[in-house]
Order: sequence, then structure tokens, then C-alpha cells
Amino acid sequence: MNRTLALKLEPYFYTAPSLLLIAAIMLVPLVTGLSYAFHDLILLDPLSGDFVGLDHFREMLDDDGFWTALRNTVVWTAVSVALQFTFGLVLALLLNRPFPARGLVQALVFLPWAVPGFLSGLTWAWLFNPVIGPLPHWLHGLGLLATPENILSDPRLALWGPIAANVWWGIPFFAITLLAALQSIPKDIYEAAAMDGAGPLLRFRRVTLPLLAPTIAITVMLRTVWVANFAELIVVMTKGGPADATQILSSYIFTLAFQRLDFGYASAVAAVLLLLLLAYAAAVMVLRHAMTERP
Amino acid sequence: MATITLSNVSKDYGGGPVLRGMDLEIREGEFVALMGPSGCGKSTLLRLIAGLEEPSGGEIRIDGRRVNEVAPKDRDLAMVFQSYALYPHMTVRENMSFALKQRRLPPAEIKAAVEAAASKLGLTGLLERKPKALSGGQRQRVAMGRAIVRNPKAFLFDEPLSNLDARLREQMRYEIRKLHRELGATSVYVTHDQVEAMTMADRIVALNDGAIQQVGSPQDLYDNPANLFVAGFLGSPPMNFLDATLAPEGALVVEGQTLAHVSPPAGLAAGTTLTLGLRPERLALTDPTEGTAVRVDVVETTGTGRVVHLALGPQRLKLFTMDPRPLAPGDVVGLVAPPGAPLLFDPVSGARLS
Amino acid sequence: MSKTTPHSIGARVLHALALAAFVAFALFPLFWLLKVSLTPDDLMYGEGVRLWPSRVTLDHYGSVLRHSQFPLFFRNSLIVSAATGLLATAAASAAGYAFSRFRFRGKAWVVGVMLVSQMFPLVIIVAPIFRLLAPLGLTNSLTGLVVVYTAFNTPFAAFLMQSFFEAIPKDLEEAAMMDGATRFQALRRVILPLTLPGLAATGGFVFTAAWSELLFSLMLNSSAAVSTFPAGLLGFVSKFSVDFGQMMAAGVLALLPVGAFFLVIQRYLVQGLTAGAVKG
Repeated sequence: MNRTLALKLEPYFYTAPSLLLIAAIMLVPLVTGLSYAFHDLILLDPLSGDFVGLDHFREMLDDDGFWTALRNTVVWTAVSVALQFTFGLVLALLLNRPFPARGLVQALVFLPWAVPGFLSGLTWAWLFNPVIGPLPHWLHGLGLLATPENILSDPRLALWGPIAANVWWGIPFFAITLLAALQSIPKDIYEAAAMDGAGPLLRFRRVTLPLLAPTIAITVMLRTVWVANFAELIVVMTKGGPADATQILSSYIFTLAFQRLDFGYASAVAAVLLLLLLAYAAAVMVLRHAMTERP
Repeated sequence: MATITLSNVSKDYGGGPVLRGMDLEIREGEFVALMGPSGCGKSTLLRLIAGLEEPSGGEIRIDGRRVNEVAPKDRDLAMVFQSYALYPHMTVRENMSFALKQRRLPPAEIKAAVEAAASKLGLTGLLERKPKALSGGQRQRVAMGRAIVRNPKAFLFDEPLSNLDARLREQMRYEIRKLHRELGATSVYVTHDQVEAMTMADRIVALNDGAIQQVGSPQDLYDNPANLFVAGFLGSPPMNFLDATLAPEGALVVEGQTLAHVSPPAGLAAGTTLTLGLRPERLALTDPTEGTAVRVDVVETTGTGRVVHLALGPQRLKLFTMDPRPLAPGDVVGLVAPPGAPLLFDPVSGARLS
Repeated sequence: MSKTTPHSIGARVLHALALAAFVAFALFPLFWLLKVSLTPDDLMYGEGVRLWPSRVTLDHYGSVLRHSQFPLFFRNSLIVSAATGLLATAAASAAGYAFSRFRFRGKAWVVGVMLVSQMFPLVIIVAPIFRLLAPLGLTNSLTGLVVVYTAFNTPFAAFLMQSFFEAIPKDLEEAAMMDGATRFQALRRVILPLTLPGLAATGGFVFTAAWSELLFSLMLNSSAAVSTFPAGLLGFVSKFSVDFGQMMAAGVLALLPVGAFFLVIQRYLVQGLTAGAVKG
């Protein structure tokens, strides 16, 4: 009986270290953090700490900063992910056929992924700086900017700065996962399709895309959630400014917590963001399920 | 060398039983083949004996000792895997030494044992190679070597030849059989290939649907199959099955023609419909006027003879013959089923009637 | 019979040009970082947008290395990232092995917990973690950062390791178990040696992530003695926001270890993800 019990317990023995660590450092703090959403909690204010129920959420309804950030979150996430995905797919297709020095080229185009997020933010902030960066001059030369100025200080354009950095930084992620998925498609399927008279475009639409679809759905979903939470570029490049014009929800939470020290309200906004992301992820999973069920 | 006893062994992964209450006694020094189609439970049964899976019910004994709770490493059984499962990062020598090192034998003893096993299998020149640098046949030998070097209580084989080409498979069949004669070790051999089971085993255990269908010597199973499954699984080309009606005085009528006679089995009334089994090589050709008239459909030459596909009304059957007479598709020939050839089965249960 | 050549000259030129564009786009910002870091101060504004300055200098690197605390930050980051890489890879290998080899009660829950842990805004747990670690003396401490980073990186690393284990046939450890090994011995002597590329890729991935982390480093460690490179660099940027040469020299230095690491392991990352993709 001893061995039967030992066999039953074995998998838990292997997973326990990870689980305990994640529970202690992530899940318990998450629950604590969510509980702040229902408290009036301002750092350094000894009078705060009362239970306030749903007050923070009511406050949110009238908070212009929240609504701007929500709108920006959608734009930031949708545009970043769409561009990362499109360029990532093109890059994966380009890399998925043999050519000289493929290993080297692959290593170089994937390099941005290794660049720390804050550093790519700084680098792009510098590139957009007209004093030492070329981009304003180039954009002016192309007629896209009236004067070679820093778009990061123009409230109407500033969000495009972090988006550019994010696209540059995120293409390799999509390229790597899609390339991996492409390489696992058996060659004979293409040969069979070619024998059946399908040209390259038709092969891409009828063979490649359907076989990539599960990978695409999963990576796009994970990446969307991840990008929506990714405040670093915005904090580093614009600090949410000018005049909160580039604030997304996650950077807004950061500002609320660490500049206004209002942890209660910050946690309430974080709870809303988490809820939105969970709803989005659930919707994608349901959609994916429905699509694979269809004959 | 050991006896292996299974009593009422069952296995269920949660989606219905894979093995249902099995009883089997494997005798000391015996070579037993577990034979059946894929999904019949033969590999599961082998893995239960090995200890890689735990039975859901029943009892497994090795040499009389209950081993249900004994870890695979403590059962002292050797296994040859279908994929060979050679350790890719180790040389042939290291592969073969692994189990002995695990037992902490002195290095000199390990070296001697490995080299003796290697010379027995013709691997002496390959000892320092990695599996990557070996051909399929050589890998198979290393897998064998890894098993025999340990001198285990019993050998377990899980379809060990199915990754080899036909010629190599035949040679390895012979070599495994010879090794078994030399070592005399109890062996359990899983295969879906009836030729392997027929040629190698002392006894065959025919499995289907997680249950034992019949146990016996190859000849016994061939001559006296217990049911349609065993009858159809052994023999190539496989046995013909025809829908027939029992007429008075033991005449077997197929499509209105009397094809054969049997001494009528007790309890079967005339007019009973049954399944008539006829082995292709037990049938003979003759002139249409003398035998049952059938039409030639396709003729296949095998070298030793010909396989003739015949049509009897809407039913089809095959015949193997060394008769040199000219045959062409469309010809009408006579068919003779000698006494003793027909086997009768219940068309519903598949059980043998005669 | 006419044969269409799938890779005509024109197609190959297009293919090469497209790839060249991607390489240029990927490398240009890094090139610019390097260029500014090598531009002497007196040319910084005059030749601000030239592709290469008329004179180059290593002065900025010299002052970063001699007159700033960057060597200390560098050392701190190295310690934290290496320790996180080792610990997270160890924990993730065990969990990934269990995911790949066992069916067990609650498995879906464990996987679900790990997925959710990757989905919420980490900002929300900064304060709770601070409250958790402060009484243990783990704030303003490199150990505290290692613990936090290990927890953050273990889930993804576990999924990555799972896909590497899936690529190794189960038969191998079963053969080892028949040969007298316990499952743990089989794992140690047969499976782990075969996953070395996977372990390296996972370790490198975690190292890179830990090296890049800014938020928690900033919030948990306020003392310069235990600051990591990202926090140090950001502090430097907000203090001397016009000394571009030195900032970019520091940036290049921050990039060196992760860039080198990445060039070595990226091949295995694709392999690991391929193995995972095959499983579905």
C-alpha cells in the first residue's frame, strides 16, 4: 500500500515548490491587494484604512482619468498587438525557408526581445528626441511632421511613441512562436496541396493559416493580456503625460499608487482591469472552442 | 528464471476497462506471445507485469511473490521496447552497463558481463559508439544486449521487431528464438504480428477487447481456434468466412450450392444458419463438373503457388494452391473442401460450434 | 513537362530585401544607442543626427565605470539574475516534469493557477509583497528580489520545461526504471542530461527576465547598495537627463550580458516552442 500512496503523492512532490512559491508571493498578495480596493488606504496617512465598500468603484464612474486610460488601453493594446502580430507573422514566414546564414539572421532579428523593457523605452525615447535622435528629422523630411519636434510631448501623438517601442520589442515574440508552429507543420501536407494544384497564396490560406490558427489564438490572447498590463514603456517614456494623454490603466494604477500614494483607489482600478482581462480571455477561449467544434 | 502468475487482473484508466479480469500462468522458461490487434490490451498487460502501470484489480505474482506494490526496479525483469529506448547520450557500453552500475557491481565484473553479452550479439566492435551512429538492426541488438547482460528473472518484449524491415525482422526472430534456447529464460513477447507469434512462441495468448480469447500452442490455436477472432487472426491469407446453412446429413450449403460435408454437430437442427470457416490452403481446385462451381476473380502469384480470389454468388473467398493449371479471371472452376477442413462458428457470438 | 521554379531569382531578391529590412529595423535602435555612447560630448549636439560621428571616444564608458555606482549595480543584477535563473529553472523543471509525465488530481487547477498568475497587473501586489517581506528583513535585500523574481518566472518557465520534456520519449525513463533506477534516479541520470539545451534556454530566459525587471527592484529596494542595473539606470536618467553619452554607455553595458546570453539560447527557445507546438 505504501507504494500506491507514494505513487499518488509523487506529482505533488514535484509541483509543490513552484506552487508554494507562487501562492505565497503572488496569490496571497493578490487577494490582499484586491481587498485594498474596498478600503480607504492612503500611504503615510494614519487616518486612512477604513472599509469603504464600493466607494472607489463609484468614484471611478466620474473619474475622467480612468475613462481616458481605459480608452488608451484599448488603443494601445489593439494597435500594438495587431502590428506585432502582422510583422511577426511576415518575419516567421520569411525565416521558414532555407537561405544562407539563416541562423545568424534569425539571432539578429530576435535580438530586440532580449533588450530589457525599460531600456527599449529609454532607447526609443532618445530616438524621438530631436536633439540626439534622428526620428523627428526623418518624420519631418517625409512630411509627416510640420516641424522636427518630439512627438512624446504632443498630447495628440504621444501614445505612438510607446507603441513604436512596443512593436519593435514585441515582433520577435510572435515571430518565434509562429516560426516554431510553422516548423511543426509536416512538409508532405504542402507537397500534397501543391500536387493538387494549389498555388502559394492558396496554400497559405488553405493549409498554413488553418494549421496555425490554434497557436495564433493562444499567443494573441496571452500577448493581449500581457501588453495591456505592460506599463513600463509608458512610465519610462512619457510617465503617462503630457497631461495624462498617454495614461493606460496599468500606468494609471502605477501613478495612483506611487505618486498619489492612494493604494485603495489604485487597487480598485487594478481589480477592474483584472476583471476586464479575465472576461476577454474567457471570451477568446469560448470563441476558440466554438470554432474548433464546427466541422 | 521465474513463473509469472496473473489472477483476475484488470485495468481501468477511468474510461472503461482496458483489461477485464485476466487469469494467466506463465511457466518457468516458457516463451509466451501476447498476440492481438492494436488496442486489445496486450501492451498494457505487459506494462502491468513490468510494474510500469498498476493494476486496478487482481493480483500479479512473480515466483509466487505478490508484486502489485513492488516498484519496477525491484522486480528484476528486463524489457525490450518497441522504440528500443536506448539512452542517446550514452555509448553502447554505457547503455549495457547502466543496470549493472545501478546495482553497484564491481567494474571488472560489469566489463566482463558487457563484453560477454556484446560478443553473443555481435556488438563487440560497436561498444564505444553512440546509438545515433548505429543502424536500426544494430540498435535492436543493443536493446537486446541491455536486457541479457543483467541475467534477469524474465524478459519482456514490447513489439521489439516492428521498426525493422522484413528481412531483418526474420533474422532477428531466429536470433531471439536461439537466445531463448540458450538462456532458457521466461519470456513474454507482445506482438500484433501473427507470424512472429506462430514462429517464436511456445504458447500464444490471443487477446481481443481486453480479454483472453484463447491460450495454447501455435498449432493448437491454428487447428482448433476457439472463436472467429482467433480463427481470423492466425494464418495468411486469412481464413475464409462464409454464410452457410446446415442441410440434412451435414451438408453445408452456400448460395444454394453444397460446398462441404461435416458430421452434424449435436444439437444443431437442419436449417440453422452458421458461419463456415475454411482455410485457403485446405481448399483444392478441380473441374467445374466435379466440385462446386465458382468464378475466378483475381489471381495472385506468390512464387510458391497462387492465391486465387473466387466468387460464389455475392460471397468472396480465397484459395491457396500449387496446382499449375491455367487460370484467368472469369473462368469457372470447381472447388473442393476435403473432410475435416470446415470449421463451424455461431454467426452471432462467434463461438466455435464443431 | 514544364517545371515551375518555386524560388525564382526575383522571389529570392524580394525575400532577401524583406529580411534585410527586418534586420535593419531590429538593429537600428541598438546601433543608435552604441553610436551616441561613442560620440564625444563636444560633437553630441552638432552631429546629433549624423549616422556616425566624425570622432569616437570611450570616455563615456570610462566615466560610467569609474565615477558611478554602475559596477555595483551590475554586480547586484548579476547576482540576482543568476540566482533567479538557477532557482526558477530548478523549480520549473520539477513542475514541468510533473505536467509532462503525470496525470494527477487537481492538475487542471495547478495549470490554471499558473496561467492566472501571468494575467494580472503586477502593480496591484507591490504593496502586499512589501508588507510580506519587510518583517522578514527581505526588503532592501538581494535575497528578497531573488525570491520575488523566482516566483514571477516559475510559471512560464514550467510551461517551457514541460514542452522540452514532452520531446523526450517516456520509454527512456521506463527503460531506466526497468534497469533498476527509481523515477528520480531516471530523471537525474537519463532525462536531465538530455534536456540540457532546454535547461539552458529556460535558465537564459529567466536570467534575461530578472535582469530586465524594474518595478519591484525600484519598490522593494531603495538603498543604492542593493539596487539593480535597471533601477540604477533609471535613477541616473532622472538625475542627469542631459548627459546622453553616459546614459547610453550605461545602456550598452546593461545590454551586453543579456544580449550575449540571448544569442546563444535563442535557437533552443525555438526548439522548445516547436516541441510544445507539436503537442497542440
